[in-house]
Amino acid sequence: MKVRLRELAPFDKQAADTAIEHDHGLHPGDKFLKPGRIPHIWCPGCGLGVVLTAFIEAMSRKGIPVDRCAVVSGIGCSGRVAGYLDMDTYHTTHGRAIPFATGLALANPDMNVTVFSGDGDLFAIGGNHFIHAARRNVNLKVLCVNNFNYGMTGGQVGPTTPLWARTSTTPTGNAEQGFNLPYLAHAAGAVYVARWTTFHARQLVHSISQTFDKKGFTFIEAIAPCPTGYGRPNKLGTGLDEMRYYREMSEVRNGADPGEVDILLREKIIVGTFIDAERPHFLENYKSIVVAGAQARLKGKEKGRAA
Amino acid sequence: MADRDVLTGEHFIQGDAASAEGGIAAGCRFFAGYPITPATEVAERMAQRLPEVGGIYIQMEDEIASMAAILGASWGGMKSMTSTSGPGFSLMMENIGLGMMTETPCVVVNIQRGGPSTGLPTLVGQADVMQARWGAHGDYGCIALAPDSPQECFDLTVEAFNLSEIYRQPVFLMADEVVGHMTEKVIIPRREELKLVARPKPRPQRPDYLPFDSSGLLPAPMAVAGQGYHVHVTGLTHDERGYPVITDTVQERNVRHIVDKIRKNANKIIRFEGAFLEDARVVVVAYGCTGRVARAAVENLRNRGHKAGLLRLITLWPFPSATIRKLAEQVKAFVVPEINYGQMAYEVERTAHGKAEVLLMGLMGGSIHTPGEIEDTVGEFL
Repeated sequence: MKVRLRELAPFDKQAADTAIEHDHGLHPGDKFLKPGRIPHIWCPGCGLGVVLTAFIEAMSRKGIPVDRCAVVSGIGCSGRVAGYLDMDTYHTTHGRAIPFATGLALANPDMNVTVFSGDGDLFAIGGNHFIHAARRNVNLKVLCVNNFNYGMTGGQVGPTTPLWARTSTTPTGNAEQGFNLPYLAHAAGAVYVARWTTFHARQLVHSISQTFDKKGFTFIEAIAPCPTGYGRPNKLGTGLDEMRYYREMSEVRNGADPGEVDILLREKIIVGTFIDAERPHFLENYKSIVVAGAQARLKGKEKGRAA
Repeated sequence: MADRDVLTGEHFIQGDAASAEGGIAAGCRFFAGYPITPATEVAERMAQRLPEVGGIYIQMEDEIASMAAILGASWGGMKSMTSTSGPGFSLMMENIGLGMMTETPCVVVNIQRGGPSTGLPTLVGQADVMQARWGAHGDYGCIALAPDSPQECFDLTVEAFNLSEIYRQPVFLMADEVVGHMTEKVIIPRREELKLVARPKPRPQRPDYLPFDSSGLLPAPMAVAGQGYHVHVTGLTHDERGYPVITDTVQERNVRHIVDKIRKNANKIIRFEGAFLEDARVVVVAYGCTGRVARAAVENLRNRGHKAGLLRLITLWPFPSATIRKLAEQVKAFVVPEINYGQMAYEVERTAHGKAEVLLMGLMGGSIHTPGEIEDTVGEFL
């Protein structure tokens, strides 16, 4: 067939770069951000900036070279984190950040691979991938920003929305119980499980730093305000009001039984490092069981042939 | 154990196993998959062979994860592959789209069975060829190869890896259950006889490097993780730097690029086998296991003095439109036997553009055509 298309100007890199380099470098954290990717898309009062800053701070504190870091994200507000970081970053499909990261981490074991995503992405559409990656103990750091709703699409109920909470698709209150994420992560086999709120910025940095020292599947839940999607229908006030709520209603209980850290609407939030364990990660077992087995089998074959 | 990657010599193996060997010989070192009849033997062969050659086999929780994992592994710097059949192919579509949009090389083997849905798990079908072309949402170019024998399962898997590296996108090996489960002689050539395309690397630290350059008809070399390029890879509409830009202009450039790199290079990619075409009055267009039956039918017809010809598609996509168009001027009819209710037949009909009759010999799945059926049908036009 004949095709008619609009005329199209080629990509002008210089113009694009000039437009983006404006103001870059004024903030000390800018060296971890891709030039010109700020301003970000997040709402005023959103907790994502705090978690992103905590991640950068932890990397900086541990002296992790950016060339050895990769961040993989899914879809949603948290999914946009990857696009701001100046390192190898992958913004994948909804719920699939973990399996994509699994391939990346196994193919390139020298990389520190972090999955940075939201509660809906990781635990609704991506829930199955989460439990299997934890079970396999793939060398991945999962950082879940939990704001109890689907923020990007305007505040719908999600897998972590507490019972009774209102969202745009539960206008009279949620009839389902939300996931207790640390309990789920622990049961599935994560070797490190912690929960903090964005009020606990320092503890969050410390926890993320700890995961850089750990091999295997680590999980941090960062509870974050979403005044636009979740705060408004539940009358939680502004982002600042939610931070006050975190200060007053959080209780640090390191080592707490993850089975007892459920989150209920307007009730106490138990935070802390709950699990810090050791077990061989996927590649260790793969080498000792699969590769060693294949080598032994080949040797046996050779011997058989010689005999 | 590097010498274990190309098992030079004569083998008596299944198409599924030959495809796995083709992958390993082509440099595939990462396989993620999920058991499914009739493709499980590809995964089983990979599970046995990859640990021998320093590669990784991982069985994922489903085909969605398998497809995501091979994309991740490709960005991790390994050539990667998965295999499946219809139901798994459906699940992979989401991340096949991601692979097209992010220009990620990898190979997806589909050993087709009868569908839709669970259909005929153990029996043959060829009904996923349009899904291969159009299955993921949005526009993209497609490369799909259809082997007719275990030997071609080996050869075309190698070819699929080469094409995926050149054009930087997922490439499909669209085999069928008959070919996948057929055991025949497969000759694996010597290492130096294998033509392999190594993944082009960006030149170190070139400041003008654009990871998603769209100015030429070939994609930019791929900067995988850990090379210091800090590429942002996204399924969102992105500019040549990889940055998401949600505008109509960038969408035009982005989509035209991922379509045109195949569309405008189609003549370099298209492969088919022609027999007795010069003076043919009726041409049988077939592929996969049906191609073998069609060859027998056409040879029988020729032996009886009838002017039948064979066009066996090796690339289903891109489709050899120019060849069909030319033949349409000369022949009375195209006969298209395929194991579906009309897929490639539509493409033949569209391309023949009313100049020659097109007859579909459809089978819904579970059996193959006989040479006699094809001979009788062709005979109606002679």
